[in-house]
Amino acid sequence: MSETFVAEHALEYPGGYTRSVGPVIGRFLTGLRDGRIEGVRARDGRVIVPPTEYDPVTSDEIGGDDGDWVDVGPAGRVVTWSWVANPRVGKHPLDRPFAFALIRLDGADTALLHAVDCGSPDGIVTGARVAPRWRAERVGKITDIECFTVLADGEQPVAATPRHVAADGAGDADGTDEGAVTSMNSAFRLEYRIPAGAATRRYLNGLAEGRIVGGRAPSSTEVYAASRGTDPKTGEPTSIEVEISDAGCVTTYCVVNIPGLSELAPEIPYVSAQILLDGADNMMFGLIRGCPVEDVHMGMRVKAKWADELKPDHRSILHWEPTGEPDAPYEHYKDNL
Amino acid sequence: MGGQLAAVVGVGQTKHRSSRKDVSMAGLVREAAQEALADAGMTWSDIDAVVIGKAPDMFEGIAMPELYLADALGAVGKPMMRVHTAGSVGGSTAIVATKLVTSGVHRRVLTVSYEKQSESNATWGLSVPMPFQAPLVAGAGGFFAPLIRAYMHRSGAPRHIGHLVAVKDRRAALRNPKAHLHIPDIDLKMVEESFMLWDPIRYLDTCPSSDGAMALVIGNEEVADASEGPVAWVHGMAMRSEPTMFAKRDQVNPLAGRACAKDLYTQAGVTNPREDFDCAEVYVPFSWFEPMWLENLGFCAEGDGWKLTEAGATAPDGDIPWNPSGGVLSSNPIGASGMVRFGEVAQQVRHRAGDYQVEMKTGRALGHAYGGGSQFFSMWVVGSDKPTS
Repeated sequence: MSETFVAEHALEYPGGYTRSVGPVIGRFLTGLRDGRIEGVRARDGRVIVPPTEYDPVTSDEIGGDDGDWVDVGPAGRVVTWSWVANPRVGKHPLDRPFAFALIRLDGADTALLHAVDCGSPDGIVTGARVAPRWRAERVGKITDIECFTVLADGEQPVAATPRHVAADGAGDADGTDEGAVTSMNSAFRLEYRIPAGAATRRYLNGLAEGRIVGGRAPSSTEVYAASRGTDPKTGEPTSIEVEISDAGCVTTYCVVNIPGLSELAPEIPYVSAQILLDGADNMMFGLIRGCPVEDVHMGMRVKAKWADELKPDHRSILHWEPTGEPDAPYEHYKDNL
Repeated sequence: MGGQLAAVVGVGQTKHRSSRKDVSMAGLVREAAQEALADAGMTWSDIDAVVIGKAPDMFEGIAMPELYLADALGAVGKPMMRVHTAGSVGGSTAIVATKLVTSGVHRRVLTVSYEKQSESNATWGLSVPMPFQAPLVAGAGGFFAPLIRAYMHRSGAPRHIGHLVAVKDRRAALRNPKAHLHIPDIDLKMVEESFMLWDPIRYLDTCPSSDGAMALVIGNEEVADASEGPVAWVHGMAMRSEPTMFAKRDQVNPLAGRACAKDLYTQAGVTNPREDFDCAEVYVPFSWFEPMWLENLGFCAEGDGWKLTEAGATAPDGDIPWNPSGGVLSSNPIGASGMVRFGEVAQQVRHRAGDYQVEMKTGRALGHAYGGGSQFFSMWVVGSDKPTS
């Protein structure tokens, strides 16, 4: 298998998701921005840090009254921990080996997960006293605490410095220097390595030669264009390779008047169509160009416009253009609408 | 319908809006759940199990809502599960919850669905490019607009039919205080003059993006009999799916939808849906899907759906009102939209639909949802009285 056919794929919402945090989590994050840590008192009297919006036992609302809130920490004790020997830069909270620890802050009854910067596994024990190392530029996120550090006997925690907002406003999570934190940005990225699979390899190799290759299952006469690895009706592999024409007809379409739907989108207006290729039994999507959008119609004969340089890539077909042949009769494509 | 009897004993939903920045997702689902519990005369401790649904994970980047929302929904120490069938998920979530009751496993089940579209962008979430595949360079409407064109060609429907639905459902929404869109002066001219997004779909032929949540409490026969208020008995429920694409697929009138309706009507003893139901709440995210689903659901012969719409049969004062709540065209918290349909028909048969209550004759109504590329279907029939069959 050529390396070309394994894709590095990432799922990532551009700019990150919004998270409206609601009043309870918002108050906790506002506290962090101001350099203090607040917990919320549950119905059974326990102090929960970080706070939850609802009581973990009764599901009642908590944190609605000032009386429910308790200042905790900033120091606390390690409840348990795990050593991260090989941190990944940009993904872990620190760029050097550290401990992930559950930390019960003074005055709290639950533990908070955070990083402890202690050099080596010898620098931390369960029960160790730790305290936060605050960032100067705080935005209302849990990472306003850079990490925790281990306190020596009798050492006192260092209070947060007054908040500093960067000149470019980068230290300002919600766009308002004053007031409670109401939202945060949640970056989210999942990375995958995706192998193409046999049918797609067959199809892509065909494109590199200017051919459209499909397949059919041994028990069926129906030919699937492009990269269908199985016959959806029988579940069988489309193991028999079938060459399909690069010409066919428009079965149905729409005219797109919305700009910027995709990096591959041409200037509006343009036509996005379903196309039934000669020799295939399923439709493909494609853009119709080379004629005014008003001239596109159901049954219109079209042909692939190939790129000058062919590659094993779907972009080898740039779009589809009218051939000028007489229209396909409705009978020919009506069962694929 | 097999198994024990079940009924909707509580209904709750949020006021749908373009943005609910004031609450977290937990806060949003909580509002609907609490209203449903109050309606049922119950508290969290009365609930045996919780079933939650929402649309695809990429919409808000929440991959495990059942984990994050357990405490907000009173599910600590109880069974909780998540259902996931694209846009039909609100309907299938209600069905899974109800089957936990008809199977005899639980007596009272809370089911909730939601979407907080303002936290992301559904158009992006629906069109994430995949390696090696030519993307559909046209957005979600670009998937459905060609199907609408094919329907128009097949049926000979005139171009204004979709606009009639767009006006009808927005006018209906004016009677529903929880609907997202309230456009007091909506008329045919306004729709016809709205921007052509994906010819033949104009802007006002499309649904809004909403933040919202829906919740139902499902009880068994004993619970429903003991309920102080009216309940909506479940007379039948069905789900079907099919691949997005296969050779000779009928994309306009999908086989899965027809098969789902047939199964449902057999369970409920429905032989003529136009006469046997007092109203229907059907998933119509683009206006043209009303005539298309009228045919798919057997309310008329194939090719005749648009004639019912044109004649006003589906208006609130027509002989078979469709979407008297304003429908998906007026509120679309995607993951919840199917359950909103299911819940709105429950409210109708309970005579709890307020200003958009339709006249009850048979006492039965159809709730419907679909999703994906017209490939997932979930439906139920509810009635004022216990099912007799």
